Formats: sequence, C-alpha cells, structure tokens
Amino acid sequence: MPEAAVIAFAEAPNLRRTDGTTNGVEMLVPIFREVFEQTGLTKSDIGFWCSGSSDYLAGRAFSFVSAVDAIGAFPPVMESHVEMDGAFALYEAWVKVLTGEAEIALAYGFGKSSAGDLRRVLALQLDPYVVAPLWPDSVSIAALQARLGLDENLWTKRAMAEVAVRSRAAAVSNARAQPASDELEVEELLSEPYVADPLHAHDCAPITDGAAVVVIAAADRARELCERPAWITGFEHRIDSGSLGARDLTRAPSATAAGVAAGAAAAGATVDVAELHAPFTHQELILRAALGLPDSVRISPSGGALAGNPMFAAGLARIGHAARQVMSGSASRALGHATSGPALQQNLVCVVEAH
Amino acid sequence: MASADKQRAAVLGTGQTHHRSKRPDVSIAGLCREAVDRALADAGLELADIDAVVVGKAPDLFEGVMMPELYLADALGAVGKPLLRVHTAGSVGGATGVVATSLVQAGRHRRVLAVAFEKQSESNAMWALSIMPPFSMPLLAGAGGYFAPHVRAYIRRSGAPTHVGALVAVKDRRNGALNPYAHLRQPDITLESVQASPMLWDPVRYDETCPSSDGACAVVIGDQAAAEASSRPVAWIRATSMRTEPTMFAGKDHVNPRAGADAGKALWAAAGIASPIDEIDVAEIYVPFSWFEPMWLENLGFAEEGKGWQLTEAGETAIGGRIPVNPSGGVLCSNPIGASGLLRFAESAMQVMGTAGEHQVAGAKTALGHAYGGGSQYFSMWVVADTPD
Repeated sequence: MPEAAVIAFAEAPNLRRTDGTTNGVEMLVPIFREVFEQTGLTKSDIGFWCSGSSDYLAGRAFSFVSAVDAIGAFPPVMESHVEMDGAFALYEAWVKVLTGEAEIALAYGFGKSSAGDLRRVLALQLDPYVVAPLWPDSVSIAALQARLGLDENLWTKRAMAEVAVRSRAAAVSNARAQPASDELEVEELLSEPYVADPLHAHDCAPITDGAAVVVIAAADRARELCERPAWITGFEHRIDSGSLGARDLTRAPSATAAGVAAGAAAAGATVDVAELHAPFTHQELILRAALGLPDSVRISPSGGALAGNPMFAAGLARIGHAARQVMSGSASRALGHATSGPALQQNLVCVVEAH
Repeated sequence: MASADKQRAAVLGTGQTHHRSKRPDVSIAGLCREAVDRALADAGLELADIDAVVVGKAPDLFEGVMMPELYLADALGAVGKPLLRVHTAGSVGGATGVVATSLVQAGRHRRVLAVAFEKQSESNAMWALSIMPPFSMPLLAGAGGYFAPHVRAYIRRSGAPTHVGALVAVKDRRNGALNPYAHLRQPDITLESVQASPMLWDPVRYDETCPSSDGACAVVIGDQAAAEASSRPVAWIRATSMRTEPTMFAGKDHVNPRAGADAGKALWAAAGIASPIDEIDVAEIYVPFSWFEPMWLENLGFAEEGKGWQLTEAGETAIGGRIPVNPSGGVLCSNPIGASGLLRFAESAMQVMGTAGEHQVAGAKTALGHAYGGGSQYFSMWVVADTPD
C-alpha cells in the first residue's frame, strides 16, 4: 500500500508577463486558497512546507524568503526550500511524510521568468569557468540538441511540429494555459522563420510567469480528505553529467533511470497519461523514448510546457496535472515528469495511481 | 503512519576544507571535492558507495553561478544518482544535513552524501546582499548592519555587561587556533585587543565579526546497517528540527525569535532531552557575531531568558566548562556561508565520534549542531550521540 497520495493541485494562470514582484507572493496566495478550498484544510493543518524557486530568475538573493509571506508563517512552520523546480520540493515533502514527521505536506514552485532575459539567465547554469563565459543561451543549446537528432534521423522536423500542434490544441481545454489553438497546421508552422535553426517559435516553450502548488497526505489522511487520491507509487529522480560534450544529447539516461526506478514502464503496468516537462518539441520525443512510453499513452493533455513553462513551477504543475487526471477519474495510472538544467540534464518521474 | 517507521541514521564520516579568505588554488568543484574526499576517507568509503547527493549553499549570487550543483554533478560523483539542491539562507548547511538525514530515515537510501560550500572570493557577498528589492527593507551594509540593532536590544533587555561579546570572540578565536582547518587562528588574542579593534556596527567590533571565507564541508550519512558495518566510530542522529517564520511582522521578536525557540523545543522533545544544559555535552551553535552566543543559549533553552550571558561571562562556554560552545572556533573563525551550518553539524558529530583532535571536548557523548539564517527566521538543528538510543 502506498504511504502517501496527492490530494490537491492548483496552478496560477500561465502568463507572458505579470505585474507582481519576483518573490511570487501575488501568484501564490490565490492558489494556496484554491487547494485549501479543495481539501477543507487550513494552513495550520500543513505539517511541512517546501518550495522551489531560483534567486537568479528573481535577480536577487533570498527571493524565497519573501515568498514565505504567502504562507503567513506565524506561528512558525516546518519548512524547507530547494533551488530547483517545485517538483523536487514535492519530492522532499514526500520524503518528510515517509519519515512520519508530517502527515500533510504542501509543495509549491514559482517563477517570474519575464523579469530578465531568460535565455541569457539560463546560460549561467553552465560550467562557470569554461562554458558560461561564452554565453551559450538555453535556446541555442536546445537547437544543437535538436540538430543532432535530426542529423541522426532520430526525429524529423515534421514530428517536432506535430508535438506543437497537439500541445497547443490540448491547451484549449486548459483555461490557465498560455498559447492555445486548435487551428494550427504542421505545414504552416514549418514555413515560419527560425528562432535558432532548426527550432521555430512553435518548438520552444513560451516565456511564462507562473506558480503551482500540490498537497500530499499520508495514507489515512488522504482517504479522509480526498474522494479519489492519486496514490504515489513511484517517485524518483536522477542527474546526468553537467558537461554537454560528455553527454549524448539525443538521449536522456537520467530520465530512463528515474522512470525505471519509479516503475513507469513496468511490464503490464503502463500509464494512461504522461505529463511531460518538455520545454522544446524534440525534448518530448527524447523523453517518450527514454521513458519507453507507447503511442497509446496520452501525452500532456494539459498542453504541457509548450503551453506554459513557468520556470521552477512547470515540473510541479506536470505532476499536479497527472494527479488531477487520476483524481478526476480520467486515468487510473499517470506519470508526471519534471526536468532541470540544460538539455534535459536532470529528470524526475512521479507515478500516481487510483488504487 | 507512525513515526516508528522512521529508520535510524548516523554520521559515518565528516570532511572539510582548509577555510581561507581566498582559495585561488581550486575551482568550486575542487573546493567541494576536497571536503568530499576527506569525508569519504573518514568514513572508509568511496564515491561508488554513495546512493544520493544533497548539495547546499547560500544565494547563487555569492559566486555568480546559477544552480552550480548542475555543473558539480560530475565532481560530486552524482551522475546517474539523485541530486537535490537545498537553499534555506544562512541555515542552509544545517538544512542540507537535515534533508540528507530524512532521505535515510525515510528508507530511501543507505548512504547519502551531504555537501555544502561557499566560495565567496568568486564574487562579492556584500554586493549580493545589498540589492534593493521592492517592498523589502534593504540590508544596506550587509548582515552586520542588520543584526547590530538586535544585539543592542539584547544588551538593553538582559542588562548584560558590554564586555560579554568580546569574551565570546576571545574564546572562539582561541578555540579556532586548536582547529587546523579554521580560517582565523589567533591563539594570542585578548579581551583588550578585541576591545581595541575597530567598531563596525555598534556594538559589534571587527574582532567580534565572522570572516568571509572560501570553504566546503561534507558529511556521509548512513542507515543502521551502514553504521553497523562501519569499523569507525559513528555519530547517531537522535533528532532533527527545522522551523521558519517571516522576516518582518508586527510582534516579531528579533532577539529571541519564536521559530528558533520552537525548533529547539521540538528538537529536545524528539531527542528525549529534558534539560539541555545538563544533557548536552557540547554545542556547535551558529554565532556569526559574538553576541549571538548568549542570545542563542537563551533561545535554545540552555539558559533562562536574559541569563545566557552569565554562562559566557563565567567561562562555562569554554572547553572544560559546563556547556562548551563552538570548540571548533565556530562561525567567528570560519564562515564559508553555505557550509557554515553543515560545519556546525559536522563538528558536533566529530565531538561524539571522538575525532575533533585538539579541540575535542573530553568525554562528549551528546552534542548539538545548530544553524540559522535570513533575518533570524530559518532554523535547523540536530542532536547527535555516540549511541543510537
């Protein structure tokens, strides 16, 4: 029997630019209220809080310190923070529940990606001595990755465009997604100019301000608080080398290892739905192969990262959307995935089930 | 789900760098690896024995590298393994130890490597702290200017004699001279010389202030089987605790913050400790400015409110006293910010493992490791002992 389950999820509207501060409070307060309304919980019921965010994105030291104001953390709370996507904060929260130190835990992630020049900011994630000084931006690195796969006939530009068309169409049903359209056509997209050859605009996730929150509970409380909890049956993450030249960029071994460990592709136990955190179209193709997902699996019905990629929240939102599929009865087994670092360096897989 | 499910965890080994104001001889990776290699050697293990890595450091702006753990994955032996990056302000080193402990206690891993570092010479921490974010009170001249008014409030509230801060500095700097890794080692420092040092932020003088250091610390934490398989002494982790409160709010007590007091009470309860001053043999407490020793002694319940300075003044916090505080020299001698908390945790473990060398407190069986951060709002701590129960 799994020891914990997702019982609530909310995400802020995925927007190109918000007026709020970089500490996320304006985006977080409304979605905290949403998960409390979904569960009937109040802040005093939360035994452990954990957040994911980035100081560099906020352009200041200690941005998460002010985010605590969204909690109303007095009396003081048991709380922690990762300088990672909120999905990893959820992992830390899940571990805390497993230790028995908390029965109910809340994880959140937030990012105001519009505050700086995102693709240049992300260049600072690279080796600070020999790579970052060259300022290879995140879109250009993804373009190199896409080019490698095209040259090796691992995927085609058409297959990439089809990912974009499907994602944008799926986003129509997600009121909080960013660019949505069910009228895009592959031929049309392929005739658009390049952003970074071979990537067109449709291949790249939009720049997004946003936030997400997921609440988990230990078994007994989950049954009390949620009609159909999304039981966490596998939760794993792995990292690949930080050296781009040392990796085969057309593959994601850390995603494969995390998926296998989480039981995502166990024989006879495939998932109905996979919410993949793929900020570029070709990265979805890499991830589907890495995770061994057959064509029958519904991919990112929320629209995925291509319809909203709030840095440090989009991975957590993927887990939230996967859990929502189970909680709503639309799926009995779902996978939420998060990535971090350049070119899918770090990957996390969370498998949730109805029973 | 009962907490009886919680697995036992123990420190199998500790390592740290020689802390200096500048370590131009090593990269960030080299600095971390120096601590990691020492911790593995201390534990009698190799990188291949490690199942997961937890990295902690203070703001990325301190080095000018965004999420440096991504680049460090290779140097830390984390490739193909789980890697988490913790950041809870100045308390982060402590939080790194707590997260690594939780991973073992939850039964996720057999051996976890916790690494924390700061390489302040790569950037400028004062600059990184002196930005002007909207709707927040600016720190202006860094941490000292922020905390000095709290120290003045403590002196006013407690009636402590004004030389108590200097006494802490003398004790810690002399202790640091016993620690081969300490950044500042000043065996000849005196009360008079501290009191003659320049006033930086009244009442905090130059010699009562932590240095800016490059440095790293690593700790290997294992489960019961790993601890029992070790041929070396281990430090059993009896309890951990973390609490957070906002930076500013009406009624905030900056001198004796509730988050620290609550974390302390939770820690003592979880560790089965009724009277900390009687049951803790040695404490490594995060004291970046001298006066925080008596302030935290009170916050943690070692002394009644307003009485902590009496322990310091009576020499009870020196090695050989009733409650030795920071025999390693503490943050006043070495302050690689992100690592400072994990250093407190590691030094407390070293005391109960009997590996603290010249600054060993004789017969130490139970020890406290403590860290705080932000505007006295993030607290993380643990109790370690030479036996599991």
